[in-house]
Amino acid sequence: MHELAVSLALIDEAERVAREHGAQGIAHLRVLIGPLSGVDGELLARAYTVARVGSTLTAEATLEWIPSVIAVCCEQCGTTSEVAVQRLLCGVCGSWQTHVVSGTELTLQSVELVGATH
Amino acid sequence: MPTHTITVMRGILDQNEEQAAHNRAHFDEHGVFAVNLMSAPGSGKTALLERTIDALAGRFACAVIEGDLETDNDARRIRRHGVPAIQITTGSTCHLDAAMVHDALHHLPLAGLDVVFIENVGNLVCPASFSLGTHADVTLISVPEGEDKPSKYPVMFRSAGLVLVSKADLLPVFEEFSVSAVTEQVRALANRAPILAVSSKTGLGIGAWIDWIAAQVAARRALREVANTRGDAPAVAVGASS
Repeated sequence: MHELAVSLALIDEAERVAREHGAQGIAHLRVLIGPLSGVDGELLARAYTVARVGSTLTAEATLEWIPSVIAVCCEQCGTTSEVAVQRLLCGVCGSWQTHVVSGTELTLQSVELVGATH
Repeated sequence: MPTHTITVMRGILDQNEEQAAHNRAHFDEHGVFAVNLMSAPGSGKTALLERTIDALAGRFACAVIEGDLETDNDARRIRRHGVPAIQITTGSTCHLDAAMVHDALHHLPLAGLDVVFIENVGNLVCPASFSLGTHADVTLISVPEGEDKPSKYPVMFRSAGLVLVSKADLLPVFEEFSVSAVTEQVRALANRAPILAVSSKTGLGIGAWIDWIAAQVAARRALREVANTRGDAPAVAVGASS
């Protein structure tokens, strides 16, 4: 539901980068979305097509989103393991003393700019 | 026309994070402990706040920022208990964000306050993605909703600093509800937050909730004293989340 708000923030950020580089437009956006970000990639892609309408630099830009995997680093045994979204315990020793090292991303990885001057 | 790709690697919601950091600095400047209260609609957040305000009267000065799509019903309820309440009506936005809280704080002088509760829009999904600049996230699930919420909403429950099982006076009626199942699911999210069963109606568990608030207020004050002595900005309290 909040994917529209996220799309608008994405467009703002992409356009800021475009203006910084003196670009005439944006051709493509690449976004990394983690399962723990709270954002659904498919919904974001759909909301984005609505959000970009009428925007000066992003109106024609395509959006590519890549999912990341959830990985936790264990404070007990020191290993990093890939885990499921409801079970963030260590995949090796089962400890709950873990911290998430991958899976929360909501990152604008890159923008492909058209006619950038610098 | 030629194109070229620029690597950005910036969080899409970084602007919200920056505003949240400003909000937190504002709370810290005034030594205020700020709480983001979240749950599904109808879990009893406002009733809990009403009970909490009465329990804290004479001990801590409180204020509330209310978030709803429409109406100021909740702010009116809070004001009847004699504390300031600012209502944010979002229209169609399903969550509060840091900019909305920043705007609300223009109408809420923090001088003399100890605790600010922010009652988020009733929603277990969207608010989890938007930091407000509070010191702790407290998430409610009410007994009638069923015990499997933490597994169904991992993003929300993994970062809760405290989970409250509300309407706990209904536990005898909903025999199938298990507080230990809730605890198990929260622990499976590698979250060591306490789980407290509370009833705003009967007062069950409210003492433990008040003790938790008092401990957080004391921890923030201690951090502020250390910071003032050293001339630093206050650090993040261990155990509290963003």
